Amino acid sequence: MVEQTANSNVEQLTEKDVLAGTSKLDANPWWAQGIIYIILLGSGVITLLPMVNVWAISLSEAHEVFKDPMMLWPKSFTLESYKYIFNTQVLLKSFGITVFVTVMGTFLNLLFTATGAYGLSKTHVPGHKIMLWLIIIPMLFGAGLIPMYILLKNLGLLNSIWVLILPKLVASFNLILMRNFFWSIPESLEESARIDGASEFRVLWSIILPLSKPVIATVGLFYAVGHWNDFFTGLFFISDNSKWPLQMVLRSIIIDFNMLNMGTQNTNTLNDASKLVVQPENIKAATIIFAIVPILIVYPFLQKYFVKGIMLGSVKG
Amino acid sequence: MNADSVQAPPGMSGQPIGKKGKSLRSRIWKSRYIYILVLPTLIYFAIFTYAPFYGITIAFKDFKIMSGILDSPWVGFKHFEAMFTSEKFPDLLKNTVIISLYRLVFGFPVPILFALLLNEVRSLWFKRSIQTITYFPHFLSWVVFAGIIYNFIGPSGIINLLLTNAGFEKINMTTNEDVFRTIIVVTAILKEFGWGAIIYLAALAGIDSQLYEAAKIDGAGKLRQIWHVTLPGIRPIIALLFCLQLAGILDAGFDQIFMFLNPAVYDVGDIIDTYVYRLGILQSQFEMATAVGLFKGIIGMILIITANTIIRRLGEKSLW
Repeated sequence: MVEQTANSNVEQLTEKDVLAGTSKLDANPWWAQGIIYIILLGSGVITLLPMVNVWAISLSEAHEVFKDPMMLWPKSFTLESYKYIFNTQVLLKSFGITVFVTVMGTFLNLLFTATGAYGLSKTHVPGHKIMLWLIIIPMLFGAGLIPMYILLKNLGLLNSIWVLILPKLVASFNLILMRNFFWSIPESLEESARIDGASEFRVLWSIILPLSKPVIATVGLFYAVGHWNDFFTGLFFISDNSKWPLQMVLRSIIIDFNMLNMGTQNTNTLNDASKLVVQPENIKAATIIFAIVPILIVYPFLQKYFVKGIMLGSVKG
Repeated sequence: MNADSVQAPPGMSGQPIGKKGKSLRSRIWKSRYIYILVLPTLIYFAIFTYAPFYGITIAFKDFKIMSGILDSPWVGFKHFEAMFTSEKFPDLLKNTVIISLYRLVFGFPVPILFALLLNEVRSLWFKRSIQTITYFPHFLSWVVFAGIIYNFIGPSGIINLLLTNAGFEKINMTTNEDVFRTIIVVTAILKEFGWGAIIYLAALAGIDSQLYEAAKIDGAGKLRQIWHVTLPGIRPIIALLFCLQLAGILDAGFDQIFMFLNPAVYDVGDIIDTYVYRLGILQSQFEMATAVGLFKGIIGMILIITANTIIRRLGEKSLW
């Protein structure tokens, strides 16, 4: 059953093949190749330029944006927009909340996923199939939003920081990904440790985990990006905006633009914006860049391990 | 009894041979540490995915918060009747299905074409650069990506600035019913087309190059090679992803649509998930919201099981 997904031939490729594999096809005529390069270049440009534009706007004064909205380089360079958002208490606080949730959450995710995955990789254990199905069923059918809401309310988790961590402690998909990897590690590697009297915990810790660094990095990054970009948990289960995670506050600023006055030490409030050299558009742009930079910093790892994850699991939406 | 004394002899533990001649009880006892390792994960699933199943009964009750789920009176299918006869429901279903189908028709082929084009590139640095750039938006949240889109189409975005500078009237695309679905489909493609290509590139890299040699010897030109070798090579993964996306037809993409939705475009953009959120969480109409959510969950489950069966019948690798 689940093993089948891991055995696909796709799995044996490395991320290098996918990132930089060479074509085995015949060369195209020069004009066809030209068209292909132009289309690909175009796809890169439409992805990149909107972000460059936002970056330029975030560092420019408002009147320049009005004159040349499609700017790709800052004009009348100013850091006012960034000063403004860094004085916004709500944004900084939510940043702290999300950093905590990402670090703590990912650690707990990996702990629960790895122990569960190791146990489920032992196919000789009685009840193994039943336990595996208990993990798979939630991928097919979920109770829905409202039963979850009532459960969390009864558990007293609404408006608690733990609601951002506990309800998503283990993702079935990640557990099965990791389980298939553990399962493919030859049993013989564990035997010598067992002869020396090592417990299951020891085997997992000192034999399996060191051999599984790539899959742990992959699954860990899946979880971490999930926490960082998590918006809905906050939307559904946290009504107190002083406890909002980053994405909720970003949405208020970027899309609604209604929270910048809250907790801003800046004497210029939004109603006073005419006194500023920057306008809401600049501040929104700065907020977007503020949100992109952390992802950009870890992007090399993300790209490498997410591609790996796709090939380990064959499918990841 | 400690762990050491029950260790199986080398070569026996975990091997099928060990199963024979041992009672179930001793096998269970031997695996006790495995159960201890799995237990925390199973407890998590019990609390956060199986316990909410009990809450589904709300859909069949008149829920009183004071008396709790258990003591609220049963009302049978009252809420489902109300749901199916409401004016809102057909619209929700229609919006959800139409947006999903648009995604399928316009969005599904884009990563495949993109992968085929990338596969023609010989210059490695060019290929890697394009991939690195186009994968990036996948890692951004919809909040941030929608922010970048609003920077273009918002009331004071680039397009409107250009229009006012040129002396035209502003147009507010975010409240325009005619363009809402187009915006949803196009922005979804923009965010995910690069990332979506990876799985096809992996399949393309897995095609045996001897097949191309053989096709060449048979006199197949470039296009015939693509038709007879390349496309059949990635057909399994295309079939799989197509069935999966079709099975998720009631998931029109809450995370994205929520960012663009506003009351002015409810008629074309309000989907099942956004409605359940407003009805249940904002208006506390728990019974009706649970009923709508349950309807979606059951249809979704039927679709995914059907999809899996079809994939298996086609002789491709199934999901389970």
